[in-house]
Amino acid sequence: MKGLFNRVKRRSGATFSPTRPNRDARRGEVPAQAKAKAKARTGVRPKQDRGVTQRITAYLRQHLQVALASLGQLSRSPLATLMTASVIAIALALPAGLYVVLKNAQQLAAGWDGGAQISLFLSPEFTDGQALQLAAQVRALPGVESVQVITRAQALREFRQLSGFGAALDGLDENPLPALLVVRPALGQAPAEGSGGLTADLLARLKPLPGVQLAQVDMEWLARLAALLAVLQRGLLILAALLVLAALLIVGNTIRLAIQGRRDEIEIIKLIGATDNFIQRPFLYNGLWYGLFGGIIAWGLVSLSLGLLQGPVQQLALLYHSNFALGGLDGLSSLLLVSAGFMLGLGGSALAVKRHLAAIEPV
Amino acid sequence: MIHFNHVEKRYAGGYEALSQLSFNIAAGEMVFLTGHSGAGKSTVLKLITLIERASAGQVMVNGQNLAAITRRRIPYMRRSIGMIFQNHKLLNDRTVFDNVALPLVIAGYSRDEIGRRVRAALDKVNLLDKERLYPVILSGGEQQRVGIARAVVNKPPLLLADEPTGNLDPELSREIMALFEQFNHYGVTVLIASHDLDLITRMPYRILTLKNGRLLADTQARGHERAIQ
Repeated sequence: MKGLFNRVKRRSGATFSPTRPNRDARRGEVPAQAKAKAKARTGVRPKQDRGVTQRITAYLRQHLQVALASLGQLSRSPLATLMTASVIAIALALPAGLYVVLKNAQQLAAGWDGGAQISLFLSPEFTDGQALQLAAQVRALPGVESVQVITRAQALREFRQLSGFGAALDGLDENPLPALLVVRPALGQAPAEGSGGLTADLLARLKPLPGVQLAQVDMEWLARLAALLAVLQRGLLILAALLVLAALLIVGNTIRLAIQGRRDEIEIIKLIGATDNFIQRPFLYNGLWYGLFGGIIAWGLVSLSLGLLQGPVQQLALLYHSNFALGGLDGLSSLLLVSAGFMLGLGGSALAVKRHLAAIEPV
Repeated sequence: MIHFNHVEKRYAGGYEALSQLSFNIAAGEMVFLTGHSGAGKSTVLKLITLIERASAGQVMVNGQNLAAITRRRIPYMRRSIGMIFQNHKLLNDRTVFDNVALPLVIAGYSRDEIGRRVRAALDKVNLLDKERLYPVILSGGEQQRVGIARAVVNKPPLLLADEPTGNLDPELSREIMALFEQFNHYGVTVLIASHDLDLITRMPYRILTLKNGRLLADTQARGHERAIQ
């Protein structure tokens, strides 16, 4: 394995033309003799003479060099790098993919919620006039899209048409059906997660109105679906946390092995005056690259899986006369996914570096 | 440059490596530190480079009281000391050039500056033509010269060497010593731990002899005009 700490790269060719070393050698004499004078001035180190901007450039240059050197080192063992990155990728792709599916399901459920309506069965004593009055009152409530009044007579007519019990109804001397208000909740707002949504809110407000004997949501199962999705979402969070923890440990372990493999090197550069930050840097960059690649692979896996599902899902939707299409990862989610990988890699290596570098002291 | 004042070093378990050790090395001096193995030579070097800390007493290096240097400041302190080891401690997966460049890379020098200084240092030890080779294919003497180039590339005011000729034949040993003399001539303070009495008694420099962690003898430099307190 090649050196991990930034190597001094020489521009290929130019430096090693036959004439150059001689010239360098001659030039080399100058600082060597200047050194004696510098020493005579009681060893003022040149580092302290350098300006702030120069030191900042030096710092950034070091970072860039280490980042590239680390990348180069990882690319020299592509299989091992790919494996570590894949662990992160899978740990991220699994919850991310499930999250997308869940999001889609929630969207689908929210779409159905718009079709929900509330039936208010009024007490039989209510006259048509009172029913109309109540309808006007309900219409004025926020969150109500429309109110349709079905008077007792209308209800009877409908029932007679639809049920086929017309003859039986004729036998009754009084209309047994109550008046009905069909309330459609306003669309456009997604229901709050976990609750029954706007419909449920509205239902709670409608129930206590005078004259309302029974208030019923036609699609109460939607609330149950939403609750189920909320349970799944919570489960997903737990799964994601566990997988992330596993990935963190695996990155940490990989970095730990890398540190142990370079134990002698770390000892030597500590003796030469390397700071902890300098020693840590290549390992942190290693972790960072693992994480970044992992995030990108995870993004690819999720996108690929969604692409594969897209066709069959559309087919299924078509059979239900729906034009539902599977939503993919949007820009923000993609960014979040990749940066999650980034953070995971960096975090895992930071944990390992903190623990294991301190243990290496020159003796 | 180096000032030991009643320094003690006890290890866990009661073993006393140094006891009541006091000596002074002025800036620009070249001094040998000798004694049997276990006499405390290595411990002295470890205290100077803050690999270990004194149990009691005071160690001053380059005007700094080492007890006052926090763990975080140690790397910066070490940059002002060039260290040379018996087993060279070179990185075998890097070229000679990259090995010598290491202290400059750590200190964050620019590439041009690094190239210039590394070649100047390699020129000093006569290895300019070997800069692209890996240390393993060099001879013991050459490897030690790479180690020396690495120690001086940062132009430290103090050079410490721990048995630098331990693995070398007399001929090569004299070459290495000549190099140290050369740097000392430029004004660098040099402290060399060595048990090679044959070699060092023939050279006109001050010799500190340790025995069981105490200063047994302080033989002043012969024929040297430098005044030593």
